[in-house]
Amino acid sequence: MKILVCISKTPDTTAKIAFTDNNTKFAQDGVQWIINPYDEWYSLVRAIELKEKDAATVIHLVTVGAADSDPIIRKALALGGDEAIRVNADSHDSFYIASQIAEVAKQGAYDIVFMGKETIDYNGSSIGGMVAELLDRPYVSLATKFDLNGTVATINREIEGGEETCEVSLPVVVSTQKGMAEPRIPNMKGIMGARTKPLKVQEPIAVDALTQIASFELPPAKAGVKMISADTPEELVRLLHEEAKLI
Amino acid sequence: MSVLIFIDQSEGHIKKSSYEVLGYGAAVAKQIGTSAEAIVLGAVGDDLASLGKYGVTKIHHADAANLNSMDAQAYAKVIAEAATATGATVLVFSNNVNGKAIAPRVSARLKAGLVAGAVALPDTSNGFVVKKGVFSGKAFAHISVNTAIKVIALNPNSYQPAVTGGTAEVVKLATSVQPLVKVTATNKITGQVPLSEAELVVSGGRGLKGPENWGMIEDLAKLLGAATACSRPVADAHWRPHHEHVGQTGGSIAPNLYIAVGISGAIQHLAGVNRSKVIVVINKDPEAPFFKAADYGIVGDAFEVLPKINEAVRKLKGA
Repeated sequence: MKILVCISKTPDTTAKIAFTDNNTKFAQDGVQWIINPYDEWYSLVRAIELKEKDAATVIHLVTVGAADSDPIIRKALALGGDEAIRVNADSHDSFYIASQIAEVAKQGAYDIVFMGKETIDYNGSSIGGMVAELLDRPYVSLATKFDLNGTVATINREIEGGEETCEVSLPVVVSTQKGMAEPRIPNMKGIMGARTKPLKVQEPIAVDALTQIASFELPPAKAGVKMISADTPEELVRLLHEEAKLI
Repeated sequence: MSVLIFIDQSEGHIKKSSYEVLGYGAAVAKQIGTSAEAIVLGAVGDDLASLGKYGVTKIHHADAANLNSMDAQAYAKVIAEAATATGATVLVFSNNVNGKAIAPRVSARLKAGLVAGAVALPDTSNGFVVKKGVFSGKAFAHISVNTAIKVIALNPNSYQPAVTGGTAEVVKLATSVQPLVKVTATNKITGQVPLSEAELVVSGGRGLKGPENWGMIEDLAKLLGAATACSRPVADAHWRPHHEHVGQTGGSIAPNLYIAVGISGAIQHLAGVNRSKVIVVINKDPEAPFFKAADYGIVGDAFEVLPKINEAVRKLKGA
């Protein structure tokens, strides 16, 4: 069994969001970078759990990014995974990134490609579907559970107001979210071992970006909270009815 | 040239988010001077022709039985082929659970630039630029689409469709795809408003002290016709089911009204709810960070305040 796990570098959830260059670039000064939580906690950890059940499983990690992504991919290797591939390119276009990942996936003939349901910075939810289409493979998105029985995967996925269970034969592309696995932290052995695991850098294939970011914008500041006394909570109901006209 | 809108259905019923994309797609068509058509896959119980009132002239219905449940690969193929056949230059999806699976596939198949999570109509004054949410609700980006065909996935509850009147022509669409993903079981909460589609949401946090105290949250939700949600510690402690968890690692919602009871408002929680139009915070800690993001606030004990609110709503609704 060969699994490819896509890893993305994102600003920490508590990072201050600001923009520079006339609101065309994200201000990176002082930003802490982390592994995109949906990639780490759900895709990578589930892949590691599958390898713990079947030692013959091989896990490769892939990221599309410049050399400043290396600490993030080493951190991911400290959790688990046998080796990593970094495609040396910097892009915010989903199709460009997905094309690079699909190329790596083709070269490695993976049975399963996992990635988080979205990145917490660009919130595209697009890479999985695009990779699956470029590979012409089935895609199960927003998965909360993934089990293998031979070469058939049983997957739970989110639907409006619940979940459904599906079955699909490998190979498959799966995007993951909460429920797949419990978050882990790397141990000392993992951290030491990650330093010597192979991290291959390869150049991107030529692909045209289909979109570009014209500018960013921060949401308007809230007008301020209107406080209501705890002695007269019925006043809240009146305001929601007469002022906000919502109930 | 046309705009092609994907109508999403579940068990034969058209989803609420589909009415939003129908209105949105019709508005885009008007803006670029073309007509709006729609496509729906699988058996549908609802009346399709009447969807013309949102401004679509024609609805392509692929009603093969093997399309009743969503398989992204098969759906994308059928939709992309229909887009080519109708000469669509803009495709519109909801950025809901199914849209997130299908729209990227259609985008890659047609080499058409995708904006996922759109919150407004495109700006066509200079090119084709669509505003979308980024950084988990903390900012917006204006995305310029460079390709001849554009794909837009509209965030749920971010566009109010206009109803104009009219009837759409419904045409059957023959298909020959073989879905590879088989749905074997569905576990759906019935009799409740699904959280992702809810206009009003009542949410509880650790301040409620235990699952046995959720009665008053459920009472308020029932009185308002709202969905219930919760914060991460509550879901992690299994006080409430995981699908109710909203926040950075849970669901992201954008209701018209979000009432948070006993939730302090950590930045991770805000990431899932800060697109709500009006936020009410009830918390006994006056320093709770959530008050900074709120429109209305009450500093008080939920166990005293909430029953009074429920009573006032009951009176208002005459229930």
